[in-house]
Amino acid sequence: MINGNLKASYADDERVLDNSYKKAFVYGMMVVLAGFAAFANDYLILVACQMGIMLIAVVGLNVVIGYTGLMSLGHAAFIAVGAYGVTILHNLGAGTVPDAVMPFIAVPVAVAISALIGIVVGLPSLRVKGLYLAVATLAANFIVIFVIEQDLFAPWTGGMTGIETPAPNLAGWVLDDKREMFVLIAVFAFATILTVQNLFRTRVGRAFIAIRDRDYSAEILGISLLRFKLTSFAISAAFCGLAGALLAYFYASILPEQFELALSLQLVAALIVGGMGRTMGPVFGVIVIVMVPEVIKVVFGAVSGGDPSVAQLRAPLQEMAFGFLIIFFLMFEPLGIVHITDRILRALNRWPFARG
Amino acid sequence: MLKIEDLHLSFGGIKALQGISFEAQAGEITGVIGPNGAGKTSLFNAISGFYQPDRGRVWFDGRDITGMAPDRRAALGIARTFQNIALFRGMTVLDNIKLGGHTRLKTGLWGALRYFGPAQREELEFRRDIEERVIDFLEIDHIRKVPITALPYGLQKRVELGRALAMRPQVLLLDEPVAGMNREETADMARFILDVQERFGTTILLVEHDMHMVMDICAHIVVLNFGQQIAEGSPQEVSQNPAVIEAYLGAAA
Repeated sequence: MINGNLKASYADDERVLDNSYKKAFVYGMMVVLAGFAAFANDYLILVACQMGIMLIAVVGLNVVIGYTGLMSLGHAAFIAVGAYGVTILHNLGAGTVPDAVMPFIAVPVAVAISALIGIVVGLPSLRVKGLYLAVATLAANFIVIFVIEQDLFAPWTGGMTGIETPAPNLAGWVLDDKREMFVLIAVFAFATILTVQNLFRTRVGRAFIAIRDRDYSAEILGISLLRFKLTSFAISAAFCGLAGALLAYFYASILPEQFELALSLQLVAALIVGGMGRTMGPVFGVIVIVMVPEVIKVVFGAVSGGDPSVAQLRAPLQEMAFGFLIIFFLMFEPLGIVHITDRILRALNRWPFARG
Repeated sequence: MLKIEDLHLSFGGIKALQGISFEAQAGEITGVIGPNGAGKTSLFNAISGFYQPDRGRVWFDGRDITGMAPDRRAALGIARTFQNIALFRGMTVLDNIKLGGHTRLKTGLWGALRYFGPAQREELEFRRDIEERVIDFLEIDHIRKVPITALPYGLQKRVELGRALAMRPQVLLLDEPVAGMNREETADMARFILDVQERFGTTILLVEHDMHMVMDICAHIVVLNFGQQIAEGSPQEVSQNPAVIEAYLGAAA
């Protein structure tokens, strides 16, 4: 129980982990994940890798939607740019750049390209808001996929049939095993969350929140809407690009249809379910969004007993489950799972003196 | 300090401001009064850059700022509060006040993402400054971690003043700082405004309907009516001006 959260210096008061609960949780998570990497079975590692990649993307999306208040339905485009960027750079650099340094060049460059495209896609946000912006970003998603699928670019992108990505070689350490990939993804996921947290204890992050809450008031405080809206899009696109790069390495081959609207919607769904504009929102949201298809798969396996006519209902049911989740959360818990955990923590903290 | 020169502003057929000219002297409190719809808030919006005047100029410290964007004007040192409180409601008092320092801080994107190093140093330095200069000064240290939504109206108004002070403004525009407050809260706010003027030497421009307060704390008063400037002078001169009594104060006052 925390009876007083008292600090003796401003530095202590500005920490991210400013109480013992948070410290215990984060350090505990690190230990748990290290144990997980060592002992979990291959299936769990596979699911956890998907969660980690998705988490990086959703944390990025949270910067734009949750903190800056700009709707985007096109973030799968940036994941595509990251994934294809890395793959194309690997293929271009093959032979001239040593394999052991290739990822150190390919990933940053792919992330930078994503950020640049993010700025371009963010341009409409200076004029339009809400639904209109959502449609404008939606267009970006379709344009990127369209370009990738063009025959003209097929020698680089592989067109409709997709392309293979080599396993990353980090200064001699070749990550050709999913378990090794998991370590890399987990490290990046932690780093992503920390970096975004850092943002929100400086003027840059505060400016984003100010724009979300009241844009004219932000302007009066000297916040340039042009600069910070585009910065927000760039950061968010960069993290999605990073997620894309990891995704390409993880799956070892990529197809354009992986990055279509369905993925953008999944990212937004994760954010709505988890809770927007909160650190833990993406974490909870991603766990739910990745678990739902897995649970459906297991349940269907048990129910259908191998009957193909039942099994083919699985894909549409999955889409319906996402739709149902979004509607359920928007109606009954619009602030997401974080709001539920907030209430539980508050109740625990006050127990036994008060309830709720 | 702040000079308004022959300002005209219209929205379609409505002439919101018609030839307003006055000067707010450095370090003084200048009041702007007038009945509802007289153009007081329009005048503020023209000064802070939300409205572009049709004609006329706004001078700040000898510089023509008429065509400048709102955020650039803020960076020069013009801060304001709003009639209907424009705080960021989801954030805590501390974060709201920190936002006032936006233009004074230098941390860029890279520094912010890394945090440790220059960004942290700057943040902690800034934190100390606003704690000592703003939060202590306005006596709001007990609520610094409270979200805005949980605060009563009077305190919200005070936090908004705090956010403006965090900008270290040279000119402070206050749009009805005591509207809807009881007598005690009004007295508190009047005291804070006088303290700001005395301690920081800030030039203050004040729109207010509370005549007792305006007459007590303003050195100079400008009276507007239907977009026209009908009088200007010391509180005494203005309160005895027949045109002002006719338009606004009423005969009994």
